Amino acid sequence: MSPRSMSPHRLTFALQLLVTLVVAAFLLVPAGASILAGFTANYFRGLSSGLTLDWVKEVLKLYSDTIGFSIALALGTLAVTLVLGVPAAWALVRRPGRMARLVEEVVTLPVAIPGLALALALIIAYGGFREFRMSPLFILVGHVLYTLPFMLRSVMAVLAAVDVRTLEEGAASLGASPLQRFFHVVVPNAKGGILAGALMVVTLSIGEFNLTWMLHTPLTKTLPVGLADSYASMRLEIASAYTLVFFVMIVPLLVAIQMFGLERPLKTRAQTPTKANRGPPLIAGEQP
Amino acid sequence: MTSADRLARLFLLPLFLFVAAFFVLPLVRLVAVAGGGPNGAMEYLAILTNPRHLQTLISTLLLSAAVTFATLAIGTVVALFLARNSFPGRALLVSLLTLPLAFPGVVVGFMIILLAGRQGLLGNATQALGLGKWVFAYSMGGLFAGYVYFSLPRVLVTLMAAVDKLDPNLEEAARSLGASRLHVMRDVTLPGIAPALIASGAIAFATAVGAFGTAFTLATRIDVLAMTIYTEFTLNANFATASALSLALGLITWGVLALTRSLSGSGVAAAG
Amino acid sequence: MTLTATGAAITLSGCGKTFADGTRALEPLDLSIPAGETLVLLGPSGCGKTTLLRIIAGLESPDAGGHIAFDGADVTTLPIEKRNVGMVFQSYALFPNMSVIDNVAYGLRVRGVAKAERLRQAHAVLEMMRIDTLAERRITQLSGGQRQRVALARALAVRPRVILLDEPLTALDAALREHLRAEIDSLLRRLAITAIYVTHDQAEALALGDRIVVMRQGAIAQVGTPREVYFQPQNDFVATFVGITNRLAGSLKAGHFASAAGSLPFAGADKAEATLLFRPEAASLCAPEETGLVFQVEQVQFQGARQRVVLAGADGTRVVVEAPAEQLVAAGAAMGLRLDPSRLSLV
Repeated sequence: MSPRSMSPHRLTFALQLLVTLVVAAFLLVPAGASILAGFTANYFRGLSSGLTLDWVKEVLKLYSDTIGFSIALALGTLAVTLVLGVPAAWALVRRPGRMARLVEEVVTLPVAIPGLALALALIIAYGGFREFRMSPLFILVGHVLYTLPFMLRSVMAVLAAVDVRTLEEGAASLGASPLQRFFHVVVPNAKGGILAGALMVVTLSIGEFNLTWMLHTPLTKTLPVGLADSYASMRLEIASAYTLVFFVMIVPLLVAIQMFGLERPLKTRAQTPTKANRGPPLIAGEQP
Repeated sequence: MTSADRLARLFLLPLFLFVAAFFVLPLVRLVAVAGGGPNGAMEYLAILTNPRHLQTLISTLLLSAAVTFATLAIGTVVALFLARNSFPGRALLVSLLTLPLAFPGVVVGFMIILLAGRQGLLGNATQALGLGKWVFAYSMGGLFAGYVYFSLPRVLVTLMAAVDKLDPNLEEAARSLGASRLHVMRDVTLPGIAPALIASGAIAFATAVGAFGTAFTLATRIDVLAMTIYTEFTLNANFATASALSLALGLITWGVLALTRSLSGSGVAAAG
Repeated sequence: MTLTATGAAITLSGCGKTFADGTRALEPLDLSIPAGETLVLLGPSGCGKTTLLRIIAGLESPDAGGHIAFDGADVTTLPIEKRNVGMVFQSYALFPNMSVIDNVAYGLRVRGVAKAERLRQAHAVLEMMRIDTLAERRITQLSGGQRQRVALARALAVRPRVILLDEPLTALDAALREHLRAEIDSLLRRLAITAIYVTHDQAEALALGDRIVVMRQGAIAQVGTPREVYFQPQNDFVATFVGITNRLAGSLKAGHFASAAGSLPFAGADKAEATLLFRPEAASLCAPEETGLVFQVEQVQFQGARQRVVLAGADGTRVVVEAPAEQLVAAGAAMGLRLDPSRLSLV
């Protein structure tokens, strides 16, 4: 489509370009400003006040515990979703029937329900168990509940795409027991889906706020909880530097997910058009 | 393959137990607590019978509808532009635009403060232009901007994929039959990406209805459903109302997503 | 590589299969396969041949009342991993996460054979198949024909009691199919292993099978040697499926088959309505007075070494025969038809 063919078309092109530029500015300028503010001595006086690493150092001093806790929590969530999710995804893909659909529906329900409601339900049901309520396990449960569907779907999509059933039959014909088939054939061939799911789980867990804000205690503060604290009570430069730290953690994960996202749909779509289109895209569902 | 069936059941068991203990049971408790307050079962309908809650519900739904409409309109224009034009740096721009995809709501709130807060970039710019200082971060306007910020990247990703999948022959065929560009857009392009519009619109809507982090960061005074639930629960310790409102909130978001999934699911199947 | 004849005799009795949704895939049937035989299951798609193969493999269990025995021992409830069968899948089912040699050695690995020993044995099988040079390749780096050979090598490496092949050549192009068919044929004969081969391709079935089971709608239509099935189909379905073109309607009376075109001697009980089936190559043309069957030549198609002659009977029935190119055949002339009695079939 040449933008130069006729004048009304050129006008459309110019308008589209303008909207695109405004959108780009809307999405990127605040992020850029936040990064800059984290390095600026005094944001209100602007760049002329000079660049500094003091705010970042201050953040690391004040909030390093939330950073460490978030990383540990994300890894713990990942471990539990792997143990719960990968075997279950295989079990659900094996027998596609009404039962499997129902189970999948129930298990993916937490994504469709706002984190606030989920957190409230958890607190009402388990708030009375003080030790559990105060421990990091309480937040872990919330994060697993929320991220598990992403692991499940990611692994199930790949298992459906590689026709793992026939591979399993092949292994069975050679004498492999069900457990051997799972570890020798299913898991290695689901590697792509497991990796994509793992990236999603870690990214979502590190950024989760809705559930975590309700579930956290003074001793179990995550990075986003700390962020909300700093937005409410700290000077803008510290809030910005803290956000910067968050970006540094999350952006590599997002880039990795993008690289997967560009590759994977092509493969899965080509082989199983119906399964790949099931449900919203992988990343859809988290709430601001 | 009975031994494999046994293993499959064994593999599903932990998942069942987890979901039963930490999802089904808490939901049941939520229902019980909601109906166990001073108003009894009437509490379930509080969202409709209490004029303040009803007002909140209406403004939440209106805000979410506006966010959905705006996001889809802007998203369609940008997705068509990015999918149909190639220029140096396009790949970089696309990946930058989709980067905010997983920024949590609190961070999005902070972005809006930086943009339209008291020291915001927009306010400074308008002041310099002599238009007075624009500050709308701490109102419905800020929430609107925040939710658009949150939903735009994922809408873009979905729509661009849908535009890529469109068969360019269809548009060429329509033009060969004498259709104007406007007709082509109305009769071929938009129907072609309709399933993607419906699906991503539903997600944007459900997200905006249930959103909490952005509203929490911007102000506790904006009357949207999520903030009301939060206030009822933490400040007023009104568990029954908070539970009932949570149930209503969950029903709305789940309902919207389930409905469109069944709609767009059949639509996709019909399109082959 | 010494693969001794370890083939098992297989007996099926009353094996039927009804799927969970109520579809009857297989009517209860009996079948016995002697040790070392190559049995081909032939039929159109959906005829139940793959279901039958999967029941023998242990991937499906027969409906209640059905039994399968290997060498007399009941294996009905034994899952596939305990039956010691080798299976070649239509899609080959090679593990993409393993190299060629690891695929071939996999069956030995799960049997607990030590690494050095299982690699040695796997290499030996690859050598026997003349593909040892592929040992370290990834599956994705193989051509279709190479994958087929690896799949076969993998199935043989465990020294199975029976080898099951599910349309193993369908995914390949025609020239390669021909070549590999000959290779599989000589391999199966050399190993003297019991083999069950599923195909929908009659040429493949005829070339490979000691016996052929022709199947239709979940039931056996005919069991016989390739020659029997080819020349003496027992019913119309088999005749059509193996490609018989000529049908003469008539009746059988006092040891003669009589039709509008004349009659010929044919042993059998009297039958008011009978159809004589024969292939073009079972017939030859002669002078009208030399035989009881007389036709008029309608069309002659010269094909080089041979010519194809379309004949019409007195009632308009058309038959097609082949004649040597040098035989003089003119359109419109009356010609006699001589039929080879050993290659006729009456249904």
